[in-house]
Amino acid sequence: MKKGAWILLAVALAGLPWVAGEFYVNLTSQIFIAAIFAASLNLLVGYGGLPSLGHASWLGLAAYISAWMSLKLGLGHWITAPVALLGTTLVACAFGWISLRATGLGFLMITLALSQVLWGTAYRWVSVTDGDNGLRGLTRPMPFGISLDGATSFYYFTLAITVVAIVVMAMFVASPFGAALRGTRDQPRRMGALGHAVWTVRWITFVYSAFWGAVSGLLFVYYNKYIHPASLSITTSAEALLGVIAGGSGTLAGPIVGAAIVMLLKNYVSAYVERWNMLMGFVFVLIVIFMPEGVVPGVKRLARRFGRRKPE
Amino acid sequence: MTFNRRRFIQATGAGVSAAALPSFARAQGAPIRLGLMTVKTGPLASGGIDMERALVQYLKERDTTMAGRKVELFVGDSGGVPAQSRTKLQELVERDKIQIMIGPLDTASALASDDYIRAQQLLTLSVAAAEDMTQRKPNPWFTRGTSTSSQCAQPLADYCAKTLKYKRMITIADDIAYGHEMCAGFQRVFEDAGGKIVQKLFPPLTVPDYGTYIAQLKTNVDGIFFGFAGSNGFRFYRQFNEYGLRGKIAVVGGMTAFDEAVLRNMGDEALGIITSCWYSAEIENATNKRFAANFRVDWGYDPGFYAAATYVEAAVLDATLQKLNGKIEDKQAFMKTVRAINVDTARGPVRFDHLGNVVGNIYIRKVERKDGRLVNRVIHTYPNVSQFWTYKEAEFLKNPVYSRDWPPAKNLES
Amino acid sequence: MQYWIIQSLNSLALGGLLFLLAAGFSLIFGLMRIANLTHGSLYMLGAYAGATLLAPRPQSLKVFQYFPQVPSIWIAALLGGAFLAVLGGLLERLILRKLAGNALGQVLVTLGISFIVADFCLIVWGGDPISIPTPEALRQPLQVAGLSFPAYRLVVVAIAVVTAAVLYLMMERTRLGAMIRAGVDDMQMARAVGIPVSKLFTTVFCIGAALAGAGGVIGGPIMSAYPGLDADMLPLALIVVILGGIGSLLGAFVGSFLIGAIYTFGTALVPDLAYVILFLPMIVVIAFRPRGLFGRQTV
Repeated sequence: MKKGAWILLAVALAGLPWVAGEFYVNLTSQIFIAAIFAASLNLLVGYGGLPSLGHASWLGLAAYISAWMSLKLGLGHWITAPVALLGTTLVACAFGWISLRATGLGFLMITLALSQVLWGTAYRWVSVTDGDNGLRGLTRPMPFGISLDGATSFYYFTLAITVVAIVVMAMFVASPFGAALRGTRDQPRRMGALGHAVWTVRWITFVYSAFWGAVSGLLFVYYNKYIHPASLSITTSAEALLGVIAGGSGTLAGPIVGAAIVMLLKNYVSAYVERWNMLMGFVFVLIVIFMPEGVVPGVKRLARRFGRRKPE
Repeated sequence: MTFNRRRFIQATGAGVSAAALPSFARAQGAPIRLGLMTVKTGPLASGGIDMERALVQYLKERDTTMAGRKVELFVGDSGGVPAQSRTKLQELVERDKIQIMIGPLDTASALASDDYIRAQQLLTLSVAAAEDMTQRKPNPWFTRGTSTSSQCAQPLADYCAKTLKYKRMITIADDIAYGHEMCAGFQRVFEDAGGKIVQKLFPPLTVPDYGTYIAQLKTNVDGIFFGFAGSNGFRFYRQFNEYGLRGKIAVVGGMTAFDEAVLRNMGDEALGIITSCWYSAEIENATNKRFAANFRVDWGYDPGFYAAATYVEAAVLDATLQKLNGKIEDKQAFMKTVRAINVDTARGPVRFDHLGNVVGNIYIRKVERKDGRLVNRVIHTYPNVSQFWTYKEAEFLKNPVYSRDWPPAKNLES
Repeated sequence: MQYWIIQSLNSLALGGLLFLLAAGFSLIFGLMRIANLTHGSLYMLGAYAGATLLAPRPQSLKVFQYFPQVPSIWIAALLGGAFLAVLGGLLERLILRKLAGNALGQVLVTLGISFIVADFCLIVWGGDPISIPTPEALRQPLQVAGLSFPAYRLVVVAIAVVTAAVLYLMMERTRLGAMIRAGVDDMQMARAVGIPVSKLFTTVFCIGAALAGAGGVIGGPIMSAYPGLDADMLPLALIVVILGGIGSLLGAFVGSFLIGAIYTFGTALVPDLAYVILFLPMIVVIAFRPRGLFGRQTV
């Protein structure tokens, strides 16, 4: 998407709370959180060629660390947030080291397995996580003393962070490192022969993607003020992966669009269509049949085709 | 069948039996906006669909009117996922502007919505069994007409110890908060009455096969208490029988283990199982006879826990509104009135303690065959049972909340 | 001592069940490199089909009125397998064929279809579990070392062994098997040599789906049919195939029984690890031997 389109979108989003009701503002905040989550996963899946079903690990870890520290230790958010991000990133370093022993389906399965280990731990380690009850009574941070409890203030906070995240991830992708990453995705052997440390490139991407996953995890727990092991489950990872693939894994805008589609189906369409699960299945199947590369590249392709017909 | 939202519930061909009670004179004022937070997809869907069916039946029987005002019903599907439950609730409150919610179904959703309910001061009539919502962290807007997790298990433990004269028992339940709380309550009362719980098992909620757990069961016990919910009690019991344990160990069940919904798919192997619950389709009062008969005609099966839950909550809502002349807008008055109310419902007489939890009959039931189908026949009634059983409230609340490790199980044998 | 015997029999029974599930998945993935994430749903459809044909009448759901009752579970398994073979064939021909090489697209479409199937089953069969009756002759538990053990579970083990033997013979002694093996080892060469790859793919997918469907019926008396069965079984199939190795029938066989043993003994001895007991060995195997125990290709 051209830069102009992005800026236009940002402006439109900035004006949303003036025209839409509280519910839509909240829904859009949730879409932002899902977008960061999906975009971070896409760094690994789309640009790195490494499909992961364990991305929920980062969301859950960051959320639980932040929740536990503020609930049990009574610390403020300006400590818990950096510690949560750091802790999650460190775990990602270890998980990445293990996961990258394999590629393809094996990588998918290891990421899933590690995520399930975290999920099982959250369930069973009741003294820390309160197990199935989840941790509740959490608070939102107050940057510069502004309360984020209102829908609008939280919306602008999330919007700001989302813009920063997308911009930074875009810079990452456009950088020489990003080019190397795409090289390892497309031609790993050739890249190795050229002297790139394929494993290192992948590992760094893994950890970096986990970092942004952790950021979305913090936003998630701030929004909900509650965390439950279900957020670490395979469903969370699968929905993000599906959003990335459906939206278009090789692009920047794709996962955002995909995450929005999934979120809208789950939370908006489900109010009007009782069998929304089935509808979501059909949407995915249709996307794959008509736009197998994803919605964003697919729409671009159709636009080009119709654009070419115009001068008659 | 898709229920249309934002439309007054018309008689949509759901059977001739929904005999309309005499309707009130023209409804006055704006309609009451009632939200139902339930689960219609995923493993909990069966109960969630029953919740909707029973509530719709209640409204249809009364021409969709309570205390002279029309009722508009909005249904939210949380899929059983806590975060989604909260989002759905926000939609119901912020977009549909509901004034009162019946539900949610599952404990985790109730806990996830707790702070939101407080912030929005949303009147809530709950189905979920989360204990602390009416105990140590009571929510002032929360009223529960069904039961806490252990409220039905405690009388059953008393029955097992004193009437059935069991001395040694095993407890087994899903490894979720609901299962932990239920078994903890059962254990406490059973051991205080002189019995011993010699084994406690908590298989994970999703388990491919129960064989490994069945092999671990001690056979030198009098009975085993099932704290399962949903499909798992059914599945475990089937395998229990296949291993030849039926008849060797007596089976007693909690309020959801052998619910009417599960019973309809079982056969003679279920006969004789004793369970406890705040409801049975066989309760002999006029309200229930009509409710169960109509439900059976419409849907072809007996109402169980979930159907009765919303039917009872609707009756509570109706009675409260009658006392307030329909003025639901005055939230403080509503909460005061509802917590002080006395209603006769399908489950029997209902009132609430000062924390918002129901005090009512708990029924001990036995599975029998009647008219060719399996039913839960009531064999004993414990009246006026509160969430604290016979313990003093202050002392009960000083202890930690029931969990997997509290009360500590001192009689386990390896 | 008795306890260990019973648990050993339990692991065998679970292993047998898993093999029926995993064999189809392994075949499809080994040859076509398609991670068929619909496999759990196919298994569940088989279970529900079995329930429809076998469950005692009368039932309050409409679907039971349209289908007659079938006298034996083995007939039901054949019918279930046939039904799923047709469904699988349609799935492969109409949808998966278009996605050759697009691994992510395959993930999306197979998961999407599993959502559709799950909701479909909820609509048709409702949300409550439906049991599949154990065959009359096998209802009495066997007496083993003074304890009772369900006879049917041992029969499932026997069926798994027989199925494995049949599949082995097919792979080693028939032309079809030779073509499959060739395709698994080197798809380019197989094409070059003139193997009708397109027909082969459809055939193999049908066989895989049939195995899943029949497995669902046969596993029915143990597992029952309930919503969520697909999500419970799919990870198990994945774990078995990863552990045992891609494209290896022996791997699927050994992997199934190994997982059966790990699960049965693991949950009994270390209940706190119940949630992770199946994933830990898989992590270890992939970390140190990425091709699995008997795999022919690196994953």
